[in-house]
Amino acid sequence: MLKYVVKRILSLVPVLIGVAFIVFSLLYFTPGDPARMVLGDMATEEAIEAFRETEGLNDPFIVQFGRYLYKAVTNADIGRSYMTKRPVTSEIMTVFPATLKLAAFSMFIAIILGIPFGIISAIKQYSWFDSITMIFAMVGISMPVFWLGVLLILFFSVRLSWLPSSGFDTFGAMVLPSITLAAQGVAIITRMTRSTMLEVIRQDYIRTVRAKGQKESLVIWRHALPNALIPVITIAGIQFGQLLGGAVLTESIFSIPGVGRLMVEAIKMRDFPVVQGGVLYIAVAFSLVNLLVDLIYAWIDPRIKAQYR
Amino acid sequence: MNVTKKKKRGNLSEIFRRLKKNRLAMFGLAIVVVLLITAIFADVIAPYGYAKQHLRDAFQAPNGKYVFGTDEFGRDIFSRIVYGSRISLQVGFIAVGIAVVIGGFLGAVSGFYGGRVDNAIMRSMDILLSIPQILLAIAIAASLGPGLFNLMIAVGISSIPSYARIVRGSVLSIRNQEYVEAAKAMGSGDIRIIMKHILPNCMAPIIVQATLGVAFAILTAAGLSFIGLGIQPPVPEWGAMLSGGRGYIRDYPYMTLFPGLAIMITILALNFLGDGLRDALDPKLKR
Repeated sequence: MLKYVVKRILSLVPVLIGVAFIVFSLLYFTPGDPARMVLGDMATEEAIEAFRETEGLNDPFIVQFGRYLYKAVTNADIGRSYMTKRPVTSEIMTVFPATLKLAAFSMFIAIILGIPFGIISAIKQYSWFDSITMIFAMVGISMPVFWLGVLLILFFSVRLSWLPSSGFDTFGAMVLPSITLAAQGVAIITRMTRSTMLEVIRQDYIRTVRAKGQKESLVIWRHALPNALIPVITIAGIQFGQLLGGAVLTESIFSIPGVGRLMVEAIKMRDFPVVQGGVLYIAVAFSLVNLLVDLIYAWIDPRIKAQYR
Repeated sequence: MNVTKKKKRGNLSEIFRRLKKNRLAMFGLAIVVVLLITAIFADVIAPYGYAKQHLRDAFQAPNGKYVFGTDEFGRDIFSRIVYGSRISLQVGFIAVGIAVVIGGFLGAVSGFYGGRVDNAIMRSMDILLSIPQILLAIAIAASLGPGLFNLMIAVGISSIPSYARIVRGSVLSIRNQEYVEAAKAMGSGDIRIIMKHILPNCMAPIIVQATLGVAFAILTAAGLSFIGLGIQPPVPEWGAMLSGGRGYIRDYPYMTLFPGLAIMITILALNFLGDGLRDALDPKLKR
């Protein structure tokens, strides 16, 4: 197991370097001179040239990337915002907790609803419950996050005045954004749970368990479910990445001060270091979650551990 | 030659026969056809120009003259949605086209040659996959700047990995079959083998993924336009229209309802069709 853990953690390194490379390249090839962005339109040519020289902006691409990577690893320094002049890392860190909270809360809703719906749908395949659940799941997958958010605001905030339409401080304020972001996850996890569950309950060992006269509830809970949930864990991990991505839209709908809204504001101001910094941090968070998922996976499923004995 | 042709047609009609039995898939197909017609004949269908302002008629609720009402400039929302279908379908199809061509090529090379080439390509795909897709699209679109073409590229590039993976998987399962060996023995070059013998035989999963991919591309593009990346006004894009209507949601909710409905129905139809195609193309998966 330890060998697997170490190997899995090490495999993260090239991925993260690759992500940093993509982010840096996008930043590098974005039209517009960073020196001009930092110093403003009033700066003289000399001042700009001096800035380019001291900041190393005249160096070749690969040297600049090396420096970017080095600073990122040693100091968590990924540049400064063009607008506030503050380090991008501290800009992002002040708002990151809100995004994580939103994503985690939505993930929780997606799992809590998705798995039971999927199980019941599979057990009662082709029943009315199954049909309705599947249609709802399809609608959930097809619903644009931003439209659902706007609709929920329209009904629950504007018409009924039950819940606030912005902010993320109180429990009430968290409800609408979390539901908005979770909807797609609920749908995907429901579909996934249903299909793996259907696969598992057709297998021979389940027939054997039934044949020996085990109670149906035990067949499902003890024998079928654990095996059916293994692929669902992977999907849930991938889904977490989608949630982090969807948070960008959700946050800007509900005015939640998170990474997403920071990025959207930065896009409007052409503050590219903050935009790409947000992408970098979310990708790192996503990679860590996937690492965690893989470790849980290996811990649950002995077949994976066995490969690394 | 004749025999293989006949057999191919037989397969197609068999697939369509299976698809026809799936009511949701046929519903999806019908909507997609209607959308295509709407996009092609937008000039004829739309009662007004998409940028035509009737300032005296601003903020009209849906009525006989303006079926879906008008926006803050008195532009007819129905006409804008009709024209918007052009944008969304273009983005959807071209972005997926980019992704299929590049991703398919990478996947085919990766699966066919294996070894180091495979490793290099698939590890790069892993890197792309470690950035949530919509964020990757946002990052690329932010760098390229707004515009329809840039939007297509951003959405297209961010979808490459899924096609590369699917094609690679199919190629791996096909490359050691006898007919590929036979082609090799007859002296066919690698490119010929890939193009003539391998790719045609892994079309099924590509078609399914592409159908679902168009849905995803439209959704992503609308999301990008919603946050101000992508199509610029006055060109009507559904996501941008929805975003523009948000400010008036208290008094004129229909401004956000109709564009949202248009997006959702389109995505829903493509998803139903994609799901149906998957079942029709691969009866083994059908439960």
